[in-house]
Amino acid sequence: MLRVEHLRIGALPPLSFAVADGECLAIEGPSGSGKTRILRAIADLDPVEGQLFLDGTERREMPATEWRRLARYAAAEPGWWADTPRGTLPAAAAVQPRIVRLLAAVGLDEDVLDRPVSLLSTGERQRIALVRALVDEPRVLLLDEPTGALDIGSTALVEELIRFQLLAGRSVLIASHDTALIGRLAHARLQLAPSARTPKTARMPPP
Amino acid sequence: MSYVELSFWDLALAALLLIANGVVSVWFRLGLERTLAVSALRMVIQLSIVALALKFIFTLDAPIWTILFGLFMTAAAAFEVVSRQERRIMGPLALALGAGAPFFAGLLATMFAAIAVIGPEPWYAPRYVLPIFGMMLGNALSGTTLVLDAMTSGVVRERPAIEARLALGAGRYEALDAILRRALTTGLMPILTAMAATGVVSLPGMMTGQILAGIDPVSAAKYQVMIMFLIAGSTGIAVVGAGLGSVLLLTDERHRLRLDRLAKA
Repeated sequence: MLRVEHLRIGALPPLSFAVADGECLAIEGPSGSGKTRILRAIADLDPVEGQLFLDGTERREMPATEWRRLARYAAAEPGWWADTPRGTLPAAAAVQPRIVRLLAAVGLDEDVLDRPVSLLSTGERQRIALVRALVDEPRVLLLDEPTGALDIGSTALVEELIRFQLLAGRSVLIASHDTALIGRLAHARLQLAPSARTPKTARMPPP
Repeated sequence: MSYVELSFWDLALAALLLIANGVVSVWFRLGLERTLAVSALRMVIQLSIVALALKFIFTLDAPIWTILFGLFMTAAAAFEVVSRQERRIMGPLALALGAGAPFFAGLLATMFAAIAVIGPEPWYAPRYVLPIFGMMLGNALSGTTLVLDAMTSGVVRERPAIEARLALGAGRYEALDAILRRALTTGLMPILTAMAATGVVSLPGMMTGQILAGIDPVSAAKYQVMIMFLIAGSTGIAVVGAGLGSVLLLTDERHRLRLDRLAKA
């Protein structure tokens, strides 16, 4: 269970909400309304005021590295620090089968890992980054436009993968413009106003 | 061997060569005549003041004046580090790092040279200590500037990659590892190139000066070798200090990348 209390981001009023295990919260709003900033703040990537609890433990009670192992942020435009995707994935032999399984789940072959990042399509990069984020099984997923660069087929695969993460008891926060995707996945929505002033939360029946 | 003292008329004669630069500037309408005159004048005035100050300090032979002059050189160095950065890190800590890294590296190498290698009597003899400290400081300064510049431009350019690593649970040193190593290489490159090219491409200024002053070339070369080793050592210390320090300044204790600490471009 992720609990957010009095999180202060930009001109937004203090945000407080909770996302239970296996629940999906969608963050909606036009560009610049603060969706990315909320996800980054929950991953403790930006200095912000407010408390974040994961199963009752506040983020400052553990090292930031440990917190980010549990609350995993996947950026809309993933970053790469090696020439091939394999260089950015854990090298331990024990996790390789899991990597291959996750790749297959998003419709990719293992050989995509050894191609230069610069030659991969945006959609391939985004799916590999999602795999990278899921390998060490974090508790909370903070997904920023996870299907932004994907075609319909890949979107369906990624949606299935997210649904499976929910079934496995993980909490998922999605920032997305794709209202259809949100409609199918989200249990609750956080709507940010265009002016980044007055957010509204609405409870929806589970999908 | 003899040493020919230069008269002021000799210097005036040498200054005639600047006319060539002036002609180029006028001919190609570069508009550099003014800058040329100001730069030449600045050089003459600065060197005169330093020469007189050094003469004064040499006759006094008191450690306090040696220290004061060394601190003055450090202050000038700090000013250089700050003004040469494209995107500098804001705050007093960054200033302390930019001045502190070259200062301590230069101090360490100078003390080592004065006490262990040369061993003048007394060890703080300004005639040895000040020129060596100046050379150490100057080179450590270039190294520090290069490292800080490579770090700040590196983190701005590689921000998505760094934050991707942080988001995956890496610590700040791990996330900045590639940029730090590249910055350290950049900082060390000039002295490595200088050591490889010395004597073949260029005769170092200090050695040339000693030879002109009538010292045996072999003795002059020995001094130059020692100076190069000292420079390599002090630059290495300054570069590593500046690199590790800038990692700490560009991130915080929660392992976040803090680009908000950079001055606006």
